[in-house]
Amino acid sequence: MARPMTLTEKILAAHAGKADVSPGDIISISLDLVMANELSAAVAITEFRKIQGATKVWDASKIALVPSHFTPNKDIATATLSSLMRSFAKEQQIENYFEVGRGGIEHVVLPENGMIGPGMTIIGGDSHTTTYGGLGAFATGVGSTDIAAAFATGEMWVRVPPSIKIVYEGTLRPYTSAKDIILQTIGRIGVDGAIYAALEFTGPTVKELPISGRFTMANMSIEAGAKNGIFAVDASAEAYCAAVGKKDYTVYHADKNAEYQDVIAIDCSGIEPQVAIPWLPENTKNASDLNHLTVAQAVIGTCTNGRIEDMRQAAEVLKGRKIHPDVRAIVIPGSQKVYMQCIKEGLAEIFVEAGCVLSTPTCGPCVGGHMGVLSEGERCISTTNRNFRGRMGHVKSEVYLAGPYVAAASAIAGFITGPEQLGAAAPVRAEVTA
Amino acid sequence: MILRGTAHKYGKNVDTDVIIPGRYCNLIDPEQLGKHALEDLDANFVAKAKPGDLIVADTNFGCGSSREVAAVALKGAGVAGVVAKSFARIFYRNCINTGLPIFECPEGVDGINDGDTITVDADNGLITNEKTGAKFKATQFPKFMQDLIANGGLLRYVEKRLQEKAAAAPGQS
Ligand code: SF4
Repeated sequence: MARPMTLTEKILAAHAGKADVSPGDIISISLDLVMANELSAAVAITEFRKIQGATKVWDASKIALVPSHFTPNKDIATATLSSLMRSFAKEQQIENYFEVGRGGIEHVVLPENGMIGPGMTIIGGDSHTTTYGGLGAFATGVGSTDIAAAFATGEMWVRVPPSIKIVYEGTLRPYTSAKDIILQTIGRIGVDGAIYAALEFTGPTVKELPISGRFTMANMSIEAGAKNGIFAVDASAEAYCAAVGKKDYTVYHADKNAEYQDVIAIDCSGIEPQVAIPWLPENTKNASDLNHLTVAQAVIGTCTNGRIEDMRQAAEVLKGRKIHPDVRAIVIPGSQKVYMQCIKEGLAEIFVEAGCVLSTPTCGPCVGGHMGVLSEGERCISTTNRNFRGRMGHVKSEVYLAGPYVAAASAIAGFITGPEQLGAAAPVRAEVTA
Repeated sequence: MILRGTAHKYGKNVDTDVIIPGRYCNLIDPEQLGKHALEDLDANFVAKAKPGDLIVADTNFGCGSSREVAAVALKGAGVAGVVAKSFARIFYRNCINTGLPIFECPEGVDGINDGDTITVDADNGLITNEKTGAKFKATQFPKFMQDLIANGGLLRYVEKRLQEKAAAAPGQS
């Protein structure tokens, strides 16, 4: 009889053609989807050309290419990489190439186009490929040479990770979102707390989360060093698949007596809106404890919080209010579909009325690319996922990570604050501590 | 293969954004990338590092992005190898795939100071601190990865797999 397995082990075993697998095994798995953006694809294509015997990709229908990082092209170097990817897509007849204006940020685009389903194996030339675990897929980020190899063979070698189960309990407070739960989790286990491991997110609290919130949490699994983050498939996951037209998938469940490296229980009922201070996502604090810190910029969007639910949270706070005179607020819907939905629901008007920049979908400032790069000494409150040194611009600029409620409230207040504290007296100005 | 050079020592969680900042990620050329290696962590690194020098770091080296150019940038700056207590997993794969030698060796990291001259026998993972004479043994790679490295890296392995597949399915391309 096969040994009892975790959700990740089940998917890996099935894709390796094995009855069971154990942590530490090195196996070769078949891939259901391989993704790259213009930066990782450019290097991957260059490597692919070096493989003798590979002229055609293994399966053009299982590859997705998404210009997203520095697009619309910010400079000639980027334009060159984008062109390289575009012509490769043509040459190889890759239909799932999402041109600027018809796509957005990869991790928002693929799920909403019905390309992600439970039980799939997905790799991407981007570390936040872990996002797709929100729908019960095994999804992980790799470098470009691994992508090149996958283009050629549709396979990848993997070391089976041990799994860590996190059990979330308790009802969330009104302005606490999935972002706060994952920030709290990383604060608790650390940026290497799940190194080489799979995170399995379970418990009654996450069952109540919308799929967008599960994507947010799975997205940030990598910030704890995890190979992948995964949620069990339930009725809301299946409803999401039906809504985006994803059919033909296999639902796997963790076995009752599966072995976990660790089981961690987290009570969510006490979690206040969180902020991670520089230089690591594990430096989490309550937003309400940081309200002496002024901000020069707020970024709302990206692959972590750029879905319509996130836009609604931001709009709820911004409606009828004005951005603080000393703040630039940049709202970036994660995809063209989200952008359109913002227009239809009247959110676009709320953002512009409040005094925000409403940007076309792009990674832009998240990776210090364009559309909101920071100067020396500037502090930004951001719904992105990394606050590493220099991430959003100058090495002496600072990124504070938060959810949409906190980012929007801080943009109004001019200092870091949660929406519940909006209207509090202006704080004493503080200089950047870098 | 014997690596010998000066150790440049750094702390925990050296992330890919400081190894090669996002603003340079539209570069591909190793030499160009190398000019900016570790710029946001140690602005003097490129000026002081000599070809063949090694980086010695604490836990979770290379955490963050999947950018393969992080490994390439270090190579471009002349770095011969990295010794760390642990590596982030994507960076670990990228090093194997791009041929940047890495060594997991917690005791070695504690026994090496910034500026010490060290030698690493890459074949058996033996690290010697020439200043103190102390010797350390790095964790062995699993057999599969040893074979992968010995046989010329991932792309050569892929070529073999393609041949096997072609042989198994004659008549199909
Ligand atoms: S939004 Fe930021 S974290 Fe997400 S894919 Fe783009 S650069 Fe990466």
